[in-house]
Amino acid sequence: MWTRTNVLGLLAFVALEIAAPALPAWLVSLATIAFANALVVLGLVILWRAGLVPFGQALFYATGAYAVALLGRYTGIRDVFLLLAIAAVASGCVAFLVGFLLARYREIFFAMLSLALSMILYGVLVKTETLGSTDGFHVEAATFFGHTPQEGGRELAMFWLVVAISALAAFLVSLYFRTVAGALAVPVRDNEIRIEFLGLSVDRLIHFKLVLAGTLAGVGGALAAFSVGHVDPNMSYWTTSGGFVFVTILAGAGSVAAAFVASFLFELIRSIAVDILPGTWQIFLGSVLLLTILFLPEGLGSLATRFKRRGQAKAP
Amino acid sequence: MTYRRKWAQSALVALAALLAAGTAPAPAQQPAAPPQPIKIGIVTFLTGPAAAPFGVPGRNAAEVLIEALNKGKVPAPYNKVGIGGAKIEVKYVDEAGATANTVTEYRNLVQRDKMDVVLGYVSSGNCLAIAPVADELKTLTVFDVCGTPRIFEEKPRKYIFRVNPTATMDNVAAAHYVLRKIKNLRLYSGINQNYAWGQDSWRDFKLALGVLAPKAKSDKVLFPKLFSGEYGAEISTLLTSKSQVIHSSFFDGDLEAFIYQSTARGLPKRIPIIFTTGETSIFRLAKTITEGTMIGARGPHAMLAHETALTKWFRQVYSDRFSQLPVYPSYHMAQSLFGLKAAWEKAQAKKGGARPTTDEVIAAFEGLEFPTPSTTVRMLNGKGHQGVTDTAYGTFHYNKKTRQPELVDVVYYPAGCVNPPPDVDSVTWIKGGMKGAKCK
Amino acid sequence: MLLTAFAIFTDGLVYAAYLFVVAIGLTLIFGVMKILNVAHGSFYAFGAYGAAIAVGLYFNQGWPAAGGFLLMLLVAMVIGLVLGLIIERGLLRLVYGKDEIVVVLVTYAAFLILEDVIILLWGTNSYALYQPLVIGGNVEVSSLILSGYDIGLVVFAAALALLVTWALKRTRYGRLLTVVIFDRETAAAFGINVTVVYTVTFVLGAMLGALGGAVMAPKISVTLGIGVEVIVLAFAVVAIGGMGSIEGALVGALIVGLCRAAAVHLVPQLELFVIYVVMALVLVVRPYGLFTRAQPRKI
Repeated sequence: MWTRTNVLGLLAFVALEIAAPALPAWLVSLATIAFANALVVLGLVILWRAGLVPFGQALFYATGAYAVALLGRYTGIRDVFLLLAIAAVASGCVAFLVGFLLARYREIFFAMLSLALSMILYGVLVKTETLGSTDGFHVEAATFFGHTPQEGGRELAMFWLVVAISALAAFLVSLYFRTVAGALAVPVRDNEIRIEFLGLSVDRLIHFKLVLAGTLAGVGGALAAFSVGHVDPNMSYWTTSGGFVFVTILAGAGSVAAAFVASFLFELIRSIAVDILPGTWQIFLGSVLLLTILFLPEGLGSLATRFKRRGQAKAP
Repeated sequence: MTYRRKWAQSALVALAALLAAGTAPAPAQQPAAPPQPIKIGIVTFLTGPAAAPFGVPGRNAAEVLIEALNKGKVPAPYNKVGIGGAKIEVKYVDEAGATANTVTEYRNLVQRDKMDVVLGYVSSGNCLAIAPVADELKTLTVFDVCGTPRIFEEKPRKYIFRVNPTATMDNVAAAHYVLRKIKNLRLYSGINQNYAWGQDSWRDFKLALGVLAPKAKSDKVLFPKLFSGEYGAEISTLLTSKSQVIHSSFFDGDLEAFIYQSTARGLPKRIPIIFTTGETSIFRLAKTITEGTMIGARGPHAMLAHETALTKWFRQVYSDRFSQLPVYPSYHMAQSLFGLKAAWEKAQAKKGGARPTTDEVIAAFEGLEFPTPSTTVRMLNGKGHQGVTDTAYGTFHYNKKTRQPELVDVVYYPAGCVNPPPDVDSVTWIKGGMKGAKCK
Repeated sequence: MLLTAFAIFTDGLVYAAYLFVVAIGLTLIFGVMKILNVAHGSFYAFGAYGAAIAVGLYFNQGWPAAGGFLLMLLVAMVIGLVLGLIIERGLLRLVYGKDEIVVVLVTYAAFLILEDVIILLWGTNSYALYQPLVIGGNVEVSSLILSGYDIGLVVFAAALALLVTWALKRTRYGRLLTVVIFDRETAAAFGINVTVVYTVTFVLGAMLGALGGAVMAPKISVTLGIGVEVIVLAFAVVAIGGMGSIEGALVGALIVGLCRAAAVHLVPQLELFVIYVVMALVLVVRPYGLFTRAQPRKI
């Protein structure tokens, strides 16, 4: 458990936590949202390893976000940990239910059905005028162990929380990848029928992965809801899902840490593009995606793997 | 996984963070003698379907006004250079993107770019999301186009101002105008976009009619998807209805598509339509719009403006630069900018010419009354943070002699007639019979 | 009551015609190349802009109407040719053989880029092409008024369906395409130049996409973002009908068109969902769409 990788990963996260107060405030907020989204991407990586790319992760993202927002609005629950736990359970349940249907499909149809389900949620939210329809509504500030951070402290508190949860998620997911179920992802992608001949149910396996991905996406959505302070139906729209898939390609399926790096870089690049190219930033983003696909098809994670290979080659 | 790989990844993260910190612009050097410029971040739709109707006309107006202001060429009472003698430095940011991105960009404007004021926002969803952040970051923020009453009705805001009235005004006035044009209204229908703006517009219109004409009933209530663009089924439904009027808060793209498609099938000839935000299409669709169509401009703007020297100047300077007349989003931007200027200069005067703090500008802005190219604005509602104005509706007429479209039978509704009184929320006010409305 | 039923029927047909014209290019590309082309929305948008501007100029000169409609077709084909070639030869060629999802993302990237290219080419203004609507005139049926252009659209869609089906079944090249749809590897083994087939198919699909935009241009306001909506609609229709099946696209378009028209007339609250619910229902019953052949499992 205390492998070199995990220790170094932990150190990187701890370094981030310590460095936070020294970093510019806008960067901290940007990183908070980036890491919240990275959790969704992590879930996508789990599924992509098995050869599946859902185009509707926004369904779980929105579920988690609206769960905490609704609780904040209609109940007195404010404790951030309790709210996150409820969001995780809620989105996990949705993933569990939806999985019975979704796990039977593959490839493009998996992607399209997942998209359809997220758009149905979108439609329901838009139609619900009491929840503000497309305007959405405000997310009440959360408390940390009963204490409400004041003003400037709130951003920092959210950042610490998000980084801590990211570290936990990264750790758990890399543990999962080392288990049999996790390792089976690649064989499932390559040739399902042989796995079934081994006596394992591929549908069940995928169902489980869906629940994992859905829970991660729900927690990411909840964290994003706290960070932005607002939820709206657009969180369930297909372009939101598209954004997550975009980052997943940037990250690559190979590494857990790459999900966080890629998400952060994406937010940063996007902000820079909007800053310097106010009318044409989409060209810039599209080009970045294109270049990544053409020159780094395995994503950012593969950069590190190349270092590793070179390192190994040098060893006598 | 090896040591080297993990190290490389952590290094990447650190490098990215350093790069980002490094790219943050250095704080501007203060010039010694001339007053420190005032930095305004203007956020509006520069891409996407809302760019053509709102974002670009708004941005154009801002460009032309800020240029004139910095040269001191604006007519009185706005003839001081820039704002209070200090030049305006403006940065334009695209509003397009998810709410999370909009909030991120707002934080970037305030924390990274050190803007003094942020102005803009077309989408009500964005306005609602930004409002608490503005209070958190203690930055003066002026909302421009977004029309939801929720901004100030949900809770008081210290740092937010909205010069332009809410959508409630448009739809209550529409109800008045419809009743004036159609005697003995019994049945009406509506086609509005299926999102907050459309839903709220219909609700306010219907509630207002409920008070002013209790015997009238709604028949077909249609909510096609936003940006759907294809209204065949909706038009058929309306054609088979016996309604006497149709209400619509469609804007630009959808508005124009609906006008083309409904005119081709003779709908507006059979049932008159009232477009609460139809002004933007009067010139572009002059040959298509049916006589008798009722048109609003979200306030007395463009053709409906009260003509003053300021009005003439604005129209001239805008059309000289952009070869087309300004439309109501341009007037909205003008109102917001002039309101800001008026408040700032008032606060400055109170301080004997020294640069006011944000709190001092806020104090001056609250309850302020000031002229704009359209009309006079009074910051009456939302504890002095929400502006109210009068409004107007007119009926479309194509003048064959001059070959120009016109609005005839124009009726002005005073601010007190169509805006809720201070500190009563709009829905409660309408439902309660619109008490206190002064319509003469 | 009868009138409402008739209205639902005609409205359903018109909307189905719109969906079909938009989706046919997409299903063709997917059937032959197994690529879900997100940039299809861009073809539609470019077709609409091209038609609005070129045909608008034409009608402004007061030239005969028939030429105007011909120009619409011509503009669409030219745009489809140019864009299709650029994307296929320039971009897709580089990623053939890679993971399916990677190719989809390449088309997504192309879509993002093309959205802003539209701004660079034609600015942020909206364009209108209203003359065809006026020329189409009206047809009155009891209290219902139908637009002549809409009727023309339905006829056009039907003709297109017949044309494409005939071309696929009767012409030599069409049958080559069908073989490649069935099994790419076997086709190549038989000496069919699959690379050329890919290029031709993609360009055809692009032309059809642009054509969809061109014929819809008179009805809508041609502005930024019209491609975004269309993508999801086209996907849904193709998913319902089965990828690569022309009959499937036709039937899918009809089902969605009629359901949506019924929703607007009878239960307006459901209008937003209809297409997604239909898609979900169809996929539950027929996981690969309505009209696909059974897929043999490759061991």
